[in-house]
Amino acid sequence: MKTEYLIIGNSITGVSCLEAIREVDNKGKIIVVSDEKILNYSRPLISYYLGKKLSKEKMAFRNKDFYEENKVELLLDTQAEKIDVAEKEVHLDSGEKLKFQKLLISTGGKPVIPPIEGLNKSREGVFTFTKFQDAREIEDYLQANDITKAVVLGAGLIGLKCTEGLLKRGLKVSLVELADRILANTFDRKASSILEEALQAEGCQVIKEDTIIRIDSSRGAIKKVVLRKGKDIPTNLLIIAIGVRPNLNLVKDTSINYDKGIVVDDHLQTNIQDIYAAGDVAQGKDLLTQKTSLMAIWPVASHQGKVAGLNMAGKPTKYFGSFIMNSVELAGIPTISFGITNPPAEAKNLETLSKTDEDRGSYRKIVLRQNKMVGAIFLGKIERAGIFSQLIKDKIDVSSFKKDLLSDEFGLLVLPTEYRKHLVQGEGIEV
Amino acid sequence: MLKNSMRAKRIIIREEYCMGCRLCEVYCITQHSKSKDIMKCYRGEEPRPVSRIYFEEKGPISFALQCRHCDDAPCLYACLTGAMYKDKKTGRILHNADKCVGCWMCIMVCPYGVIRPDFEKKKIASKCDLCVEAEFPACVEHCPNEAIILVDEEGNRMKKD
Repeated sequence: MKTEYLIIGNSITGVSCLEAIREVDNKGKIIVVSDEKILNYSRPLISYYLGKKLSKEKMAFRNKDFYEENKVELLLDTQAEKIDVAEKEVHLDSGEKLKFQKLLISTGGKPVIPPIEGLNKSREGVFTFTKFQDAREIEDYLQANDITKAVVLGAGLIGLKCTEGLLKRGLKVSLVELADRILANTFDRKASSILEEALQAEGCQVIKEDTIIRIDSSRGAIKKVVLRKGKDIPTNLLIIAIGVRPNLNLVKDTSINYDKGIVVDDHLQTNIQDIYAAGDVAQGKDLLTQKTSLMAIWPVASHQGKVAGLNMAGKPTKYFGSFIMNSVELAGIPTISFGITNPPAEAKNLETLSKTDEDRGSYRKIVLRQNKMVGAIFLGKIERAGIFSQLIKDKIDVSSFKKDLLSDEFGLLVLPTEYRKHLVQGEGIEV
Repeated sequence: MLKNSMRAKRIIIREEYCMGCRLCEVYCITQHSKSKDIMKCYRGEEPRPVSRIYFEEKGPISFALQCRHCDDAPCLYACLTGAMYKDKKTGRILHNADKCVGCWMCIMVCPYGVIRPDFEKKKIASKCDLCVEAEFPACVEHCPNEAIILVDEEGNRMKKD
């Protein structure tokens, strides 16, 4: 009998999963359920769309024939409403019930909405920023109204990419952040301050250690926000980007285990046999802590999707874990970060090396734990950063080449000969 | 059916034979230029392509490093746009410049550090394509001391002609 695979979610996790299934099983029926209306698109590119750098068509990460080539039935604009674990079926909003033999839950994340007074009354001009639909609605709103100023709440990656898109469109942006610096979870103080200055130079007002406590609106449209420290900012556009959390709606009333995200084992299976979870919704293994954690980043989502797919199709494959990493360009400054970038002062077992090159606009930092890399920041110059990600992953002792880590000539040649040869001749290197 | 586990031809580095002449870079740049002519390419072709080779040298050791065309390539997982892809016929990891937005996710995960940001025309990633437009990789063809050689999918040495 043919295996029936059901995948909920059509972003990179679901797509990687179906590609992996097809590597192993060319016949089994695959159904993908998506609540989106468009074929596929890359969520991180919505800021490019908002900033008019990409058209809607260019946001697809797989071509339009992809689903047909892979013999996949794609149900767009369809909401999976319930998982019946005992019956092995998923109930759709259409009333239809889909049986499965193997299920992948890749429902991603959803934006966190803080309780702000007046938010409910403000139906117009307030948006989140995680899906294409959000970018589209902001676009339509900007076209229909004469908007020159925006407020973005939250200076994490999403808030900042949105800020950049709005700045590119010529808007003035006030960025409001509760922490004492931007990108507090991604960078150290130095890197944050370099980026803050660059953003300010592009016309962005950065308001730190403050938050929005009230929204005033008139006839259902936002007119101004009131900050906790008492300041008012008149605006017709507010983007809420304080964070994303796993979309657990489907598992809440089931026997599927979840913590912050859906708990998965080394094969990305949940506590229920034949039900897998991967991507932003899953809580998988963190290589740096050996615990499980949420890692809502694209490379982890695609890798987990692939591993889940292989396991679902009957090719046992272990997920060895990952660690957090980001590549993001802000105000024209490229940055790459890995793992622990801002060790607390009391963390005595962590050693920090750093180097600033004002002339070349570059800042680099390496964080070591017992001579093994556990984190890094590259700002301005990002070439060859990937070599460091491999050093972290392979837990390489850097004692013999510590002095070269921040050198401009850093490359494979400074690595111990044996490891270097293993790297160049070895195989099967994964993210 | 998409086979992601297929092997590509690959370039093997024999660092003990490398003399550090860097001809590999010259021919890499030439092969990826518009004219594909060394004289025209180096005398005024704008923009001159970036080399897809990372040439490393320290004391007596040197070698030319280019994309390893991994069986299970990290850059494929990281690419936000689908610009980076595995060619179904040859197993090569190739890059579609039209789709690339220069997010540098591939640079973040490449364990060899062999993907370059290219700012010349449009901001995009640039890497070795095993000379997709030629029969044989230019760097291998022109290496005077066979410090880089080409092997087929099974690991057997390949020579031009």
